[in-house]
Formats: sequence, C-alpha cells, structure tokens
Amino acid sequence: MTDAAEPIPPELFVPDPGQPVQSLSTAEPQEFWADVWRRFRGNRAAMASLSVLILLALLAIFAPILSHYSIAQTDLFNTYKRPSFVHFFGTDGLGRDVWTQVWMGARISLTVGLTAALIQMLIGVVIGCISGLYGGRVDMFLMRTVDIMIAIPFLIWVSLVVIVLKPGIVSIILAFALTQWTEIARLVRGEVLKLQNTEFVIASQSMGAGSWRLIVRHFFPNILPVVIVAVTFQITNAIFGEAFLSYIGLGIQEPLTSWGKLVAAGVREMRGNPYMLIFPAIAISLTMLALQLIGDGLRDATDPKLRQ
Amino acid sequence: MLRYIIRRLIIAVTAMFVLATITFFLLRLVPGDPFAGPRITEVIKARLRAHYGLDQPLIDQYFIYMKHLAMGDFGYSLAKQGHSVNEIIREAFPYSLDLGLRALVFAVIMGLFFGIVSALNRGRALDSLTVILVLVGISVPSFVLGGILQYYFAVKWPILPVARYESFAHTIMPAFALSLATMANVARYMRASMLEIMTADYVKMAKAKGLNRRQIVLRHQLRNALFPVLTIMGPVVAMVLTGSFVIETIFAVPGLGRHFVLSMQNLDYTMVMGLTIFFGAFLIAMNFLIDVLYGLVDPRIRLS
Repeated sequence: MTDAAEPIPPELFVPDPGQPVQSLSTAEPQEFWADVWRRFRGNRAAMASLSVLILLALLAIFAPILSHYSIAQTDLFNTYKRPSFVHFFGTDGLGRDVWTQVWMGARISLTVGLTAALIQMLIGVVIGCISGLYGGRVDMFLMRTVDIMIAIPFLIWVSLVVIVLKPGIVSIILAFALTQWTEIARLVRGEVLKLQNTEFVIASQSMGAGSWRLIVRHFFPNILPVVIVAVTFQITNAIFGEAFLSYIGLGIQEPLTSWGKLVAAGVREMRGNPYMLIFPAIAISLTMLALQLIGDGLRDATDPKLRQ
Repeated sequence: MLRYIIRRLIIAVTAMFVLATITFFLLRLVPGDPFAGPRITEVIKARLRAHYGLDQPLIDQYFIYMKHLAMGDFGYSLAKQGHSVNEIIREAFPYSLDLGLRALVFAVIMGLFFGIVSALNRGRALDSLTVILVLVGISVPSFVLGGILQYYFAVKWPILPVARYESFAHTIMPAFALSLATMANVARYMRASMLEIMTADYVKMAKAKGLNRRQIVLRHQLRNALFPVLTIMGPVVAMVLTGSFVIETIFAVPGLGRHFVLSMQNLDYTMVMGLTIFFGAFLIAMNFLIDVLYGLVDPRIRLS
C-alpha cells in the first residue's frame, strides 16, 4: 500500500489472451437447444406423443399412395361396408374407401393446422413484442386493433378471404392465420411487459445490451414456453375451426376431404354406421391429445426457471 | 375511479364505432345478394333493394345506419321479413343466456375443482386422471360430443329429452356439451397456476408461520392462482353467453348462436351487423368487468 505511487509500466496492460471479448453471456444458443432436447427426451408422455404424431404424419403421406382406392372413386355395389381387410375402415354411402379418406383428410387437416399456427405465431410474436417494447400510443393502438379484430365475426373474414382467393385450402389457412394471431400477440405482450421489470433484464440493460440482444438473449427464451403452449392450442383451434367450417359447408370442397368433414359426415351416419364416425374421430382426438402433451413437454423443457 | 370508468367508456365507444364501421364495409365486399332466390326476378329484387334502402349510395346507407345505431336501433332483418333485428335478438338471446349461464357455472365450479385437486395431488393417480379428463375435454369437437350424448342418453337409453329447450331436463345435455371445453381450459390453467404458486415466497412464509395446509390453500394459494384463469375468462364468457351454433343446432335450442351462422349464410346485412355489435359490446363489457375483478382479487392493483 505504501509504494502505490510507483507507476505501472504501460506494457503490462495487455489483453488477457484466450478470453473472448464478448463474455456477457453464460450459455450459447446451441447449448440451449441441446439442453431443451435433453429435457424433452426425458418426458415419456411427450416422447410417446411425438412418435404418435410422426406415425400419423407418415400415414398421411404414404397411406393414400399405397392404397388401392382413391378418394373420388365410388363403388355403388359396395356401400356402407363394415371395416374388413379389403376396406380397413369400411366404406361410406357412395362406396368410397374410408381408410383412404381418413389419410387424405389428415394431409389437409394437418397442413391447415400447422401452417396456420406457424403464421399466427410469427405475426403474433412480432406484434406482441412491438406492443410491449414500445408501449404508449403504439401499444394502445395495437391492442385496440386486437380487441376489434376479435369482435369481427370469423365468418365475415372467411367469406372475404374466399373471394380474394379461390375457395380451398389456401384461403382457409389464410383466414385463420390473418385473424387468429391476436391471442398470441396478447400473451407475448403480457410477457414482455412482465420481463421488462425483471432484475436480469435491467442488469443486462445497465451493462449496455442493445434491444436486439435483449430480445434474442433474454426475451426469447422466456417467452418461448408461453408461445409454445399457445401454438399447440392454435393448431387445435385451426383443425377444429376447419371442422366447424366443414360442418356448416364452407370448408374443403368435394371430392377433397378433411378430418372435420369426415367427422361431420360420421355424426350424421352415427346411428347405423358408427365406424364412419369412430375412425376419423379417433384420428382427430389422438392428434389433439398428442399436440397438447408435446406442448406441455416443450414448455417444461424450454422454461428457463426449471433449468438445472 | 370515476375518471378511470369515464376513460374506459370513451375507449369502449370509440372501439364500437370502429368495429361497426369496419364490419359495415367488409360485409358489403362479400359477394352474393341477400335477396337471391329461384323465384325472385330482377324486378322484385330491385323493389326489395329500394324498400330496404339498399339502392342508395353506400356512403349514404352508412350514415343512415350509424344514425339509427346511435339510437340503439339495429334496423329490420332482410331474411326474416317484418322482424326487426332488435326483436330477433330480444327473443333469442334469453335462451342462449340461460344455457350459457348454466354451462358457465358448471364449467367454472368443476374446472376449478379439478384444477385444484390435480395440483394438490401432483404426480399421483388423481392428478393423471384429471389431466386425462381435461385432455379429452379439449380433444373432442363439440359436434361429436353433442351427437354422441344425444344418441346415447336420448335415443338408445331414453333418460333425457332429445332436443328443444323447455324444462330443466332439456337443459342438461346442451349445457354439459357446451361446458366441457371451458371446464377443461379452466382446470388446465388453474392447475398450472396453483403449481407455480406453490413455491412462492408468501406460501413458504405461511408454512413457516405454522398455518395448516387447508388455511394456506384457501387463504393464499387460491386467491393468487385465480389470476391467469380470470385473464382467459373475458372472451370465453362473451362467447359462451352469446350462444354456440353447433350446440344450438344439435339440440334445437332457439338461441342466438344459430343466427350468427344463418345471417351470414343469408347475407342478412342488418342481422350480421346487429349481432356483431351486440357481441362486441358484450366482449368489451366482459373485459372491463374482468379488469375490475382484478382489483378485487389483488389489492395491489389500483385501477388507474
């Protein structure tokens, strides 16, 4: 302490070799995903659901190709056949093979559900982040827009999208994607508002982190669990929504089919030919169940609070 | 508090105005003709259009409509001739409200019960059973559930009436079918938030003070766990109380739900407008009510 006056030669000031200049972070993104996967693998229900979903997707891709029948092929000598080795799921009132219909329907229902939910997620996360980060007038404007969008009847949107595009799968996906992002936007906004006042975000800001770094490093991992659960809900909603549109006759048009359409037809035939309802209903319910369990598994796996 | 309410009212009225304007013009973009029909000739169509003022410039129609709307007049239905939209809503809404309230009460009580039981027995058989029940509730479309219920409990074993809405027995199946999805969601959110709160400092504190489990659950956990459930309830309540097309169609309930779909299929402009504004007002009122409830559940939140 006494010889503190002795000057330190400037050549002693050298950067510490081997230390990265950017050392604010603890874990790298690759480690984050590896960690998520490791934790997800440990969840038996979620892994089983993932296998079921993959199996359903494989059947949707290959079953119609391998089938001897097509969805438009009617056979009036073989109507309402019970399930057998010739027709695994039986035939409907026009003699069409229900097995082929179920897997062709799976293509449409799964495509609608996944695509619509992904687009909703993108729009919802961006709007929610903007609303939460900027606050004030921007927030007010965006949130009231959301309120109004929720109140406009869904059927008006669908009818409008259908005139701009042709009726079919693309217009159904767009009708869902462009109107149903509001839920995710609200959730993300709420999370961003909550996160802005947490110690780790304030600490990071005071250490000079920019808004981009805040979003990628701190907001994203913390918002992810909420968004994942919401997305699985939205996939469910889109598949059910398509089913509702089919039920009232605005969905996919003949000869194409979807699970919703098959279930709607099955409900009408339930009394005499319950198999026509059972198979598509099982397919739709199994998918929903798997999606919910995968969503729960992913949420637990991505939640930073539960990390070891 | 008064200033807060006035501010909310101004925002609400503005939102309703924007909603009415957007819906009015969007609706006119939808292709089709409200008076389309096999026996309706061009001459009749023109006369009908003139009768309902649809031959005037769109912008004039808009101002006429808004003027009447400001006085609470939704105009005449185009499809159900001779009936005003106010009249149709006044007749149909009580059925939907009655059905919706029954469904909601059942859904909230059972949902909270299942959510709490499952959270308190986390990881045990009772928890798994509840989770499966909830997942089934979410995974089955309402028209499948409604159809199956009706087939078994009314056709195969005639315990309950098949359809219509006349006595208490008539209300059981539609109310149950309508409530299942809401019940499942309430249970799911309640379970998640109960679990999150179990590790909160004030719960640990309560344990340290020596309170018994029942007191901790009743006094500390329940109250705080209700938050996320309240948040989702605004739109859900509005949706359930204004009627479900599927359930009302299956069980032949003369409620409002069917009109949402029928009016759009008929392109009944005034009816669609009336229903949209009615539902919008309901939604905004519900969200306001929820915000007020927030303040009651959590004394830290002051309305400002």
